[in-house]
Amino acid sequence: MASLPQWFHRLGAPKSFYFMTGKWLPWLALSAFVLLSVGTIWGLAFAPQDAKQGNSFRVIYIHVPAAFLALAGYYVMAVAGAIGLIWRMKLSHMVMKSAAPLGAVLTFISLVTGALWGKPTWGTYWVWDARITSMLVLFFLYLGVIALQNAYSNQDAANKASAVLALVGTVNIPIIYKSVDWWYTLHQPATLKLTGGSSMHPDMLQPLLVMIAGFYCFYALALILATRAEIIYRERRTSWVLDLAAGKQGI
Amino acid sequence: MFQFDSFAHFMAMDGHGVYVWASYAITFAVMAFIIVSPLLRARQTLKAVKLQQARSARHNAAQTSSQ
Repeated sequence: MASLPQWFHRLGAPKSFYFMTGKWLPWLALSAFVLLSVGTIWGLAFAPQDAKQGNSFRVIYIHVPAAFLALAGYYVMAVAGAIGLIWRMKLSHMVMKSAAPLGAVLTFISLVTGALWGKPTWGTYWVWDARITSMLVLFFLYLGVIALQNAYSNQDAANKASAVLALVGTVNIPIIYKSVDWWYTLHQPATLKLTGGSSMHPDMLQPLLVMIAGFYCFYALALILATRAEIIYRERRTSWVLDLAAGKQGI
Repeated sequence: MFQFDSFAHFMAMDGHGVYVWASYAITFAVMAFIIVSPLLRARQTLKAVKLQQARSARHNAAQTSSQ
């Protein structure tokens, strides 16, 4: 096996990225499917209901993982944009472009499931509280990046404009994260912390952790699939893609 | 252990069924879309490339034979 720097260098070339990730896909898909299935069934049918909220609490098993990934995914998009701008790496721009609709979808899930959870819990689908409003801003940032990607006929200009927006918008992430601490909010404070214990009962926490892991696998899978589609499109005039289309090489 | 008395109770979720099931349904529908969509796009691109290749091969063959 070649050295680690060589491995990264090859990963950065669209063609080798395409074939390397092709081998990872079945494993990612299997992991995502298993983790999400186990987590969902566990959370819906076997985890205890909340003492105050009852069964509407079960929405947490998709709401929290989707929100986590919406935030983490924004960093993925912004970093990919930065790498693309600084080192002019084609593949990095492609990853950034792929991360935008994926992040938008996860933010959408987070907002919709939050609204559906809010109705039985708070009596309303929507409230202009700090966290919810900043998540809506996140959704608009993702849509903005998508819009800029499509606004320019010149790919280079599209890459630059959308990367700049992605980078400027990163300030929103710590705001979302700390919103429940800085403002008097309706949305409840963090129950999962990186340091120290969680305030959640293990019977509720365990399926949540499984779902978070499942969503991470799902994110990786979706991002790789979208990047591969983008690679094929942008490299459609190269000989390796022509071979791929003719069925001369395995996918 | 299974938290509900019966499947009917599981569906009803003590009155919160609509919210819970709508959340999960919308989520999985959207997740399926974001997986399938790039697969279709890749297939479409490859199909278009193949078609383009066939066209230019025919064009080249026609050119050489007319010489």
